[in-house]
Amino acid sequence: MATEPLILLIEDEAPMRRFLRAALGAHPYRLLEADTMRAGLALAAGHAPDVILLDLGLPDGDGLDATSRIREWSTTPIIVLSARGLEGDKVAALDAGADDYLTKPFSVGELLARIRVALRHATATGKPDPAVVVGPLRIDLTSRIVTVNGVEVHLTPTEYKLLAALARFSGRVLTHRQLVKEVWGGHTTTATQALRVHMNQIRHKIEANPARPLLITTEPGVGYRMKEQDQEV
Amino acid sequence: MPDRRPDPDQLLARIKQADDREHAGRLKIFFGAAPGVGKTFAMLRAARVRAAAGSAVVIGVVETHGRDETRSLTEGFEEIPRRTLEYRGTALPEFDLDRALTRRPDLLLVDELAHTNAPGSRHAKRWQDVEELLTAGIDVYTTLNVQHIESLNDVVAQITGVVVRETVPDKILGRADEIELVDVSPEVLIQRLKEGKVYVPATAERALEHFFRRGNLLALRELALRRTAERVDAQVRDYRQNFGIREPWPAVERILVAVGPDASATPLVRAARRMAEPSGTEWFAVTVEQGGREPSPLAADALRLAESLGGTAVRLVGASVADELLAWAAEHNITRLVVGRPARRAWWERFRGSLPETLVARDPGIEISVITGTPDERPATVRTQIRSAPPAYGLVLGVIAAATALGFGLRQTLSTADIAMLYLLGVVIVGARSRTRPAVAAAILSIALFDFIFVPPYYTFAVSDGSYILTFAMMLGIGIAVARLTGRIREDADRLRQRERETAAAYALSRDISRAGDITGIEAATRKHLEWAVAGTVDIFLPGESNHFPESDPVAVWVLENGKPAGPGTDTLPRQDGLYLPLATTGRPMGVVRITRPAAAELMDAVHRPLVEALVAQAALGIERVILGARNETSRIEVEAERLRTSLLSSLSHDLRTPLASIEGAASSLLDDSVKPDQVQAELAQTILDESRRMNRLVGNLLEMVRVQSGSLAVQKEWQPLEEVIGIALLRLDDRLTNFTVTVDLPATVPLVPMDGLLIEQVLINLIENAAKYARSGGAIDVAATERDGSVVVSVADRGPGVPAAERERIFDKFYRIGSGGGIGLGLAICRGIVLAHGGRIWADAREGGGAIFRFSLPLEGAAPALPAEETI
Repeated sequence: MATEPLILLIEDEAPMRRFLRAALGAHPYRLLEADTMRAGLALAAGHAPDVILLDLGLPDGDGLDATSRIREWSTTPIIVLSARGLEGDKVAALDAGADDYLTKPFSVGELLARIRVALRHATATGKPDPAVVVGPLRIDLTSRIVTVNGVEVHLTPTEYKLLAALARFSGRVLTHRQLVKEVWGGHTTTATQALRVHMNQIRHKIEANPARPLLITTEPGVGYRMKEQDQEV
Repeated sequence: MPDRRPDPDQLLARIKQADDREHAGRLKIFFGAAPGVGKTFAMLRAARVRAAAGSAVVIGVVETHGRDETRSLTEGFEEIPRRTLEYRGTALPEFDLDRALTRRPDLLLVDELAHTNAPGSRHAKRWQDVEELLTAGIDVYTTLNVQHIESLNDVVAQITGVVVRETVPDKILGRADEIELVDVSPEVLIQRLKEGKVYVPATAERALEHFFRRGNLLALRELALRRTAERVDAQVRDYRQNFGIREPWPAVERILVAVGPDASATPLVRAARRMAEPSGTEWFAVTVEQGGREPSPLAADALRLAESLGGTAVRLVGASVADELLAWAAEHNITRLVVGRPARRAWWERFRGSLPETLVARDPGIEISVITGTPDERPATVRTQIRSAPPAYGLVLGVIAAATALGFGLRQTLSTADIAMLYLLGVVIVGARSRTRPAVAAAILSIALFDFIFVPPYYTFAVSDGSYILTFAMMLGIGIAVARLTGRIREDADRLRQRERETAAAYALSRDISRAGDITGIEAATRKHLEWAVAGTVDIFLPGESNHFPESDPVAVWVLENGKPAGPGTDTLPRQDGLYLPLATTGRPMGVVRITRPAAAELMDAVHRPLVEALVAQAALGIERVILGARNETSRIEVEAERLRTSLLSSLSHDLRTPLASIEGAASSLLDDSVKPDQVQAELAQTILDESRRMNRLVGNLLEMVRVQSGSLAVQKEWQPLEEVIGIALLRLDDRLTNFTVTVDLPATVPLVPMDGLLIEQVLINLIENAAKYARSGGAIDVAATERDGSVVVSVADRGPGVPAAERERIFDKFYRIGSGGGIGLGLAICRGIVLAHGGRIWADAREGGGAIFRFSLPLEGAAPALPAEETI
């Protein structure tokens, strides 16, 4: 790639910006900073960043609003930053078009992983990968065959649809709403409950220890995330 | 160096006095030796000065006695119209207290403090009106003559021979902020009287002959001057005390005055008061009730007088007056004992010695002052009239008639002596069944009949044999003796019964009160027992408590404000229907008891008053206990809350600052210019990371606690697998559990559970983290769940030291921690809050084989959603 990816950070807290500047500076990223939503939106429009890191608690407007406004004209991946306890805000931002989220405080490793996944999904060509491999799990999206350690796993159609959705966006969080829409086409509370049950069943089929899942993790109050797919397919 | 600082207690008392004064009105008394010295005149002139200074001065009542000089001075003052009271066909204009209270001037002029109000007024005496005005914060100027002072009343009567009935208790003089002596020489006064300046001529003539003799006036003037001088003395003394000027005090004197059941009691009390007053000595009026005698109303009156004069009244019961008095005196460090010598001595005292003689003979080491009594005027009403007279005399006639009939019928067989015995038997029977008089009557009747019928010469009252005279005398003597004896026994029994009734009532009330835990219970108990004791209707009013206080009942309000009884038998509103008693222990009344019954005044007499007062006092104590108890409870809770707050603050400052200190230290060390090996740098960075995570957990817990505490914990229950929640908890604790073996035992039979996943996750995190804290490194932490009785019970167990049985409840309290280290004591409190919000419960147990096991239950309420079954592909 000719240029290093450009990251736009919209965050009002100066210490947070300083920390991210230092953390990202050691990696091949260029950084743009904005401390208000206005400035952030202007930079986003003017510089076409590759990833936007968006704090949900900005002084001049909420992150949800910013997300929808960016999504009006851009598909740039948005990673929202928010404190724990504000799951509702995160889900709203994700459902409004944000790609992922990070709960403050977070480690540099987590941040880099999220940026990497976001960049990968953004640069991916329209054609999805034929197969997703996450550790022992392999999902062949064309033949619809799922294997764990080479052994085929039998899934119901709903379970497969769920697993496939997670696999397509591996490394990225999918909210309950997004998953339910993917499988059933609509959203109800009962559907969320059903989703949990199905997810539990999937885990029993693919995880070594379903009580300590490694392949599909639960994002409490938000949704589910499949582990990032192995780099080499 | 002698300590010259004022005694702190005295200082406090002084502050309190000053405090009370600030709210109460100021009282100034224009004091004189006799009418006509110019008190009213002086008062009006002083009032003019006040009015000129801008105060609102209003005349409540001023008697001008037709003196023009005086009347001219009242001009220009607003005057409160008098209230006219009808009494026995006469219209009596009286001072209108209520209107004065409503008008609320700065200063009110109320002439003639000793005036007795017309019947139907609120108070019997004007000085009571004045007290109320002062309490209401109104300044009062008033006038008073020396002969009206209660303690000087007897002296004045002795000097002038005129008994003054209108008296003012000494305490009101003590209360006065200022006393101005209005003094003129007797010569000038007599001159004024002659000139008609004091009374209209006809009255003046009479007055000159009786009251206004020069000798009288000289004596009265001396009294007035002395009284004023005493007050000046007292003020000087106060001043010295206030400013810590202390001189060697003689041993504190304490005076005891023995009050007997005779008319000398009241003058004795006054005499004692005169002895005690100049030096401010503490004094006690003591009466000894001897077994077998009715409590004397005279002694009771004297005791009441003593209390109104500032003494302390004491009632003792015992066989020997001297013994009881001396024992009590010794116990209470009495330095002087005042007794009266009865003017007329009973015949037996000539043998036994009178009380003063007995006391002196015992030589108790106490100064004994014997006051010569005034002529013993035995009032007609000392003894209660013998009740049931007619039946007693019927008995006399019947018994003697029977004896006569029997004797007459058997006169052939019986000797005269036997017949005399028969009569004697009759006399004894009468004596045993009634009192002395019927017995004497029976004896006389018997003698007469015996003499007339059976003693020769028959059918005459003449007696031939002189020895019969002795028989007659013996019959009479035996009759009287038996009657007295049985009378004494009966009275003893009556008194005992009365006492027993009192004791039983008081005991029953105290028992019920101690059983009652709240005000309502005490109220009910008091009403029940008091109603039984007084045979009337009892209402208890407690402002601010459960029942309403009758604001519209002015008497109840007055009693509550003034802390004095009102109604029949008292000094205040004696014409009121109900008797109102304040419910008070030492301070302000807490409420009012109203007793409604016919002849309620009886309750305030010497016989009933002690019982009624004892019961009311007991109720007051009980109510106070409850109120104080509630107050204690409140303050205990406050103390507890304060303790918590302090402990929270110290925990927080410790728990938040420790990681901060590490972070700051590590960071500054990294910034330090000196080169460090990479390993050290990594260690420092790791420290920062670890410590910030620790702080994050702490802050998280605090925030969670705030959420649980503030009631903003909205539980959003959804049916979900427990496994997922356990999974998240374990994932989030991953880095803390690296040294532990965590097992999860979750049978497939455990159903979906309705819960808020985020919250239960928090519970699990806290419990597992807790287990990790106490389990040895490398130990096992076992998480399990089972379904049991419509609930799912989740357990987290470790092999650590376990929780002591005594602390298994308390560990769920906020900020409670075992030992020192560890967290801030919020984790388990948060768990409890969350589990309770789910309708479940959480508890700790000792684990079999050692360690602790925490369990919580989540109820399975409602039906789990049905999911369509699917075939696998």
